[in-house]
Amino acid sequence: MSAADTRRFESSLSDLGVSLTRTEADEFAATIDSLVTEPAVGVPFEAHDGLSLADTVVETPPTPRLLKAAEVGVTPVGKAVAEYGTLVVDSDPVGTEPVSLYPPTHVAVVRESDVLPDVEAATDYLDGRFAAGGSSVFATGVSSTGDMGALVEGVHGPKHVEVVLITDR
Amino acid sequence: MSAQRKRRRKAERIRHLLETEGDAVHENVTHLNEGRYEAIERFDEFEDLRTQARRIKEDAIENLPDLIDTLRESVESNGGTLYVADDADDANRYITDVVGSKDAETLVKSKSMTTEEIEVNEALEAMGVDVFETDLGEFVIQVADEAPSHLIGPSLHKSREAVAELFNRVFDPEEPFETAEELTEFARDYLGERIRDADVGMTGANFVLAESGTITLVTNEGNARKSAVTPDTHVAVAGIEKIIPNAETLQPFVELISKTATGQDISQYVSMLTPPVDSPTIDFENPDEPLGSGDGERDFHLVLIDNGRTEMREDDHLRETLYCIRCGACANSCGNFQHVGGHAFGGETYTGGIATGWEAGIEGLETTSEFNDLCTGCSRCVNACPVKIDIPWINTVVRDRINGETPPSEFEFLVEGLTPDAEGTVSPQKRFFGNFGTLAKLGSATAPVSNWVAQLGPVRTLMDRYLGVAPDRDLPQFERETLVDWFESRRPRAPNATADRAVVLYPDAYTNYVLTDRGKAAVRTLEALGVHVELGSPIESGRAPLSQGMVRTATDHAEAVAADLDPYLDAGFDVVVVEPSDLAMMRREYEKLLDADSHARLSENSYEIMEYVYGLLSNGADADALAGATVPVAYHSHCQQRTLGVDAYTEAVLEDLGFDIVTSDVECCGMAGSFGYKSEYYELSLDVGEDLHDQFADESDRTLVASGTSCTEQMADLFVRDVTHPVELVAPDGR
Ligand code: SF4
Repeated sequence: MSAADTRRFESSLSDLGVSLTRTEADEFAATIDSLVTEPAVGVPFEAHDGLSLADTVVETPPTPRLLKAAEVGVTPVGKAVAEYGTLVVDSDPVGTEPVSLYPPTHVAVVRESDVLPDVEAATDYLDGRFAAGGSSVFATGVSSTGDMGALVEGVHGPKHVEVVLITDR
Repeated sequence: MSAQRKRRRKAERIRHLLETEGDAVHENVTHLNEGRYEAIERFDEFEDLRTQARRIKEDAIENLPDLIDTLRESVESNGGTLYVADDADDANRYITDVVGSKDAETLVKSKSMTTEEIEVNEALEAMGVDVFETDLGEFVIQVADEAPSHLIGPSLHKSREAVAELFNRVFDPEEPFETAEELTEFARDYLGERIRDADVGMTGANFVLAESGTITLVTNEGNARKSAVTPDTHVAVAGIEKIIPNAETLQPFVELISKTATGQDISQYVSMLTPPVDSPTIDFENPDEPLGSGDGERDFHLVLIDNGRTEMREDDHLRETLYCIRCGACANSCGNFQHVGGHAFGGETYTGGIATGWEAGIEGLETTSEFNDLCTGCSRCVNACPVKIDIPWINTVVRDRINGETPPSEFEFLVEGLTPDAEGTVSPQKRFFGNFGTLAKLGSATAPVSNWVAQLGPVRTLMDRYLGVAPDRDLPQFERETLVDWFESRRPRAPNATADRAVVLYPDAYTNYVLTDRGKAAVRTLEALGVHVELGSPIESGRAPLSQGMVRTATDHAEAVAADLDPYLDAGFDVVVVEPSDLAMMRREYEKLLDADSHARLSENSYEIMEYVYGLLSNGADADALAGATVPVAYHSHCQQRTLGVDAYTEAVLEDLGFDIVTSDVECCGMAGSFGYKSEYYELSLDVGEDLHDQFADESDRTLVASGTSCTEQMADLFVRDVTHPVELVAPDGR
């Protein structure tokens, strides 16, 4: 990660119409609360040092009812690719994949240290994950389709994506 | 059915498709194609990644048996099952067994051409399982009970109005659907419920990584993720050719596929799933239990399908088809496809572009024979393909094989003497067009009588009936004095002692017998720039027979041309070519027809006339020796010229000489060789030409200029005006 990567990430996101909010770990809970509308569902943030949804309005752990009803899903992402504004959503047993997919808005939490310049730079990370049986999704922008005669956003996946960048992690 | 009736039927079907699906296809495909150009323009590494992607696929197909073994180990050690099916029946038997063992009632699918290929929906429905396509385009097709018309946009032949009409009829909503938003929302809710209820999820796979057992799905909607991960049983179906080694070899494809497919920098979702995935199962019947506490274990089956692919792998010409990543760019870049869509190209599953290769390998020649000649060989798809497949060549080979299987016709006598070798099974129409060189020689020798006769009504009727020559198309007017005659009559004949360079000008059949003025202009231009010029022999390059799939005849021509030019090359001459499609023969197609040395020698030493002029001027030749700019011009470069990347030279020369020039950027003029002469394609040819016509609609005060013969003739028909070759603009005045 470099400052240039972060800047590029931000501009790629803005090309995609995805907003980015910068915050520090201390302000994480407050930032999340200011961004989400209820009902919101999230996954436990165990792996993401010092971050927790416990003091927010976001409900955990996810249940099928929450997945169906929630307006917002909050998840961490494994890496981000600055070039395309891509979020690398890692599948895990706590449900990051469905929580990022089902609700109409996905709030993705990215640590600045996880922003990589390009797809090539993400290859080693993916290699390691696949070798261990893991799965990841490159998610870029919002779900969309042109199959009904005009471009429509938000089909089977989220209609809005927002990124929260943790600048001190 | 008589050949003429067949042609009429084909023409009728094409007319019907132009009327019903043409507009929607044109709009959608043009959009995709323009997006592709823009995405590639933004992306510096395109050519490098294409080279890498090509190499990865070559290696992967070469090592396929090993990759399958590696994949089997990794899938099994992950806890899944790999099944390699010989054919469609075998695959369906396995899949229905798996689905049956789950007592499944419903199954949701994400888009997969491979499952279309094996018709798994029918097999599942026969056992009472309800199958739902969750990709919206595929859903539209399923509701309409139609076949996909495009690799990546199965329903792009349907307009919003057509989809609304369909949904209103089938689903009968309280408030009729109108907007794309309403339609999408309905489909999303309808399918969302089906996904939540489904017992089994089925997906295809764009790429399968052997070392880890990871499957990659490239989508925009998110339906593949949901279908794969929501039900606890996942069946993925893919052709064996989809296997590549690992994440490193995946990277170029992730970057390429969306750019060439839809013109997006990257698709919304590139899912890389190593099933059974870690994500918890979702049991919507127990809504308040945490995820994963529901029905438990995930089950994964990867079904790889051979279905003719092993044989394709062993076939020197069809092998390349297996490198295809099904992005659809070849179809999008095709002038005919842009106007009439995939349903006109035929094919059981795949359609347009590379589909000829797929259908020939998977279904057999019969399926490909009916419409594959919609490929005009213009070669615009060649640079579009992210894995550099020579798609026109595959079409040519398949055409050649179909020719070989067709029984001789009762009208043999009409084209008697036109085919020099044993291609006696080739239809009279193909032999007629395939032997243009012989015809031109005859026509010229008997001109102007031959021209008058050819224009006579009864003759045109006969030509239509027996040879399928469109009665409304103007025929080439043969010149009594050929370019060679003219050149021979010039004095002095001694070599130009002061010339810096020596050129042998290749007199193609058109330049020699029909468009002799452009040949004379080429000679005068070269001489004015200080070049000693000689003429080669007027041997047809092989382009005409090649475009009819007559590969042996084409090879004979190629060898004759090479033998004729050989002594000149020995003597240090450069070869200059007027007709771009013949330059393309020497640079590209001769690679397949000649030995490697002859091809290398010819391709390295042959130049298009304006390319050569550009080179002379850049090396200090005196531009003042040429005619100055007089008229403003509207220039259409030729498709093969653009594929070779030599069109820029013409534009540069004209601009340097001060011409006021506008250029067209349409993919194709619609004529491409003999295509527009054929009765069955005449109307389509004009329809494709409309784009060019529109572009130059406001340029009525400009001189029309084109490099290729076909474009010249098509434009003369479209605009009813004279069309000039660029070299005629710059040739010095005088003799
Ligand atoms: S042949 Fe090439 S351009 Fe055509 S679909 Fe396949 S990969 Fe794409």
